[in-house]
Amino acid sequence: MIKLKNVHKSYKVGQQPLHVLKGIDMHVKEGEFVSIMGSSGSGKSTLLNVIGILDDYDSGEYILADTPIKNLKESKAAYYRNRFLGFVFQSFNLLNFKNAMENVALPLYYQKVSRKKRNNLALEYLDKVGLRDRADHFPGELSGGQKQRVAIARALISDPKVILADEPTGALDSQTSLEVMALFQAVNKSGKTIVVVTHENDVADKTDRIIRLHDGVIMDKSPTNQKTYV
Amino acid sequence: MFDLDKWQEIFYTINKNRLRSFITAFNVAWGIFILIILMGFGAGFQNGVKHQFEDDAVNSIFINGGQTSEAYKGMQPGKRIRFTNEDYQAIIDRVKGVEYITGRYYVTGEFTVRYEDKYSSFNIRAVHPDHLYLEKSIIVSGRYINDKDIAEKRKVTSIGTKVVKVLFGNINPIGKYITVNGIKYKVVGVFNDEGSEHETKVIYVPISTAQVAYGGSNRIHRLMLTVGDANAAQSLDIQNEIHKLLAEKHVFSMDDKRAVSIFNLLEEYEKWMGVFDGIRFFLAFVGIFTLVAGIVGVSNIMLIVVKERTREVGVRKAIGATPRSIIGLFLMEALFITLCSGYVGMIGGMLFLESGWLSNLMALFGFPMNFFIDPSVNFNNAIAATIILALSGTLAGYFPARKAAKIPPIVALRDE
Repeated sequence: MIKLKNVHKSYKVGQQPLHVLKGIDMHVKEGEFVSIMGSSGSGKSTLLNVIGILDDYDSGEYILADTPIKNLKESKAAYYRNRFLGFVFQSFNLLNFKNAMENVALPLYYQKVSRKKRNNLALEYLDKVGLRDRADHFPGELSGGQKQRVAIARALISDPKVILADEPTGALDSQTSLEVMALFQAVNKSGKTIVVVTHENDVADKTDRIIRLHDGVIMDKSPTNQKTYV
Repeated sequence: MFDLDKWQEIFYTINKNRLRSFITAFNVAWGIFILIILMGFGAGFQNGVKHQFEDDAVNSIFINGGQTSEAYKGMQPGKRIRFTNEDYQAIIDRVKGVEYITGRYYVTGEFTVRYEDKYSSFNIRAVHPDHLYLEKSIIVSGRYINDKDIAEKRKVTSIGTKVVKVLFGNINPIGKYITVNGIKYKVVGVFNDEGSEHETKVIYVPISTAQVAYGGSNRIHRLMLTVGDANAAQSLDIQNEIHKLLAEKHVFSMDDKRAVSIFNLLEEYEKWMGVFDGIRFFLAFVGIFTLVAGIVGVSNIMLIVVKERTREVGVRKAIGATPRSIIGLFLMEALFITLCSGYVGMIGGMLFLESGWLSNLMALFGFPMNFFIDPSVNFNNAIAATIILALSGTLAGYFPARKAAKIPPIVALRDE
């Protein structure tokens, strides 16, 4: 599903280029639940941005769902993000002036799905994350855990190939974190590929495989739980 | 294409920052308001000047005889130039492009005019039939002086409405006789003049009759003619041709400015209209730049809006918003603010002009009001203002919107 071959990426910081990704080779199969771990500055966020087509890379190869991703025009990148990817952020990033249902429906708005159809679908997905009764609540009226579940529903609604989560439990207490991770596991069981970036071992332990990043290189690809893939 | 979601967002942002939205909108409304008022001012001035000319046919040329100031072909300076019936006839025969022509013979001073026991003094003008068109007299009843009156030197007269009011009251004057310094004239018609009240206090008699009755033989004091739909240049050509004709007949130099005085109303009219076109252009120019200040305000606010919503733009991009949809979002907001507030300003400005407040204000400051008439903005100008609004709204929104669309998603998501 996600194939990276010798991906390099550097930023220009002042005069000197900062080499962040130094030849990343990685392969995430369909239906896998993977976590990327690393200390701050290890390049894990950059890696997620590259995988999420939010940022370009300098050299190497990245293939997402059999589609080569390189030097895309902004509109094409937007199209692939919309069709292939679902994002879950640490700070939820819900739009404050839209209620839960409308927030969930937003990706379908960019697919030009009719308002009625996408709102109905949004209710369905809210039901899946157990928040059907909060559909007309605005983000300000929801707890952190509830917001993140709304965000997960929003990531799922476009039926993407991959869910990318950037520190999804970073802003939640441990109890709520467990609930959210349980939800991710359930989503993964239904067949979705999920990549989580985290620095919490508790979170990483819930995934099938941990990719450890250190200083722009992958250190160790140890599987946490043995699982066979078809 | 009605897009409820887009509107929902626009109203949300406008509503969230009410004071800011109001001030922005006020900028634009004020700009348009001033633009409309200034265009009204320009129109008012121009209409006023037009009205001043409207008393007489604007395409007319007046020629008065004078006194030579230079020696010419053996003639001493100081020779009086007196026009005659021959000059009148010569112009008709030899100058092309003359539409209407009349002579005027002035019966000097105001004469006592009497009907039965009522009398008053009025201006007597002895003229040719074409004078009707030159003075733009409007026949109310009966007729004007005609060719037969001239040929037969009839003692007939056409009198102004004010004369009728004074001498006749409610009696129908047609067919009655009035006495002008002992000579009886039969009233054949009544006329009105919209230019000024003064012109309705006039009595017209055939020029041939007056020349005989008041000892003028074949004298004409003033020649007046119109040049049809000739433009200023053509009018000047006709004027020169007549000048040359008169110079030959009366033996004076064309360069002698004192010999005859020629007043070309069309030339004058076009000169004034040119001046006021310039003034209007200037006023519109000032107005448009006032508007620009408002538009820049909108642009400025939109930049702030974009800045505030950077993170939101990032989220939208992450979930699949194309740059175009981002531009559309901000463009629509700018367009909405400019169009709505612009219309308020435009309607306000038009109501202000329509209500006559501007005229009243001018009158209050002692401006001569017959030089300031109907300061309104016509439909075309309103359309133009609408187009300016739409364009400027688009412009005001475009640059901030493009800026938003260009923000890389990771930068936008990082923004706190």
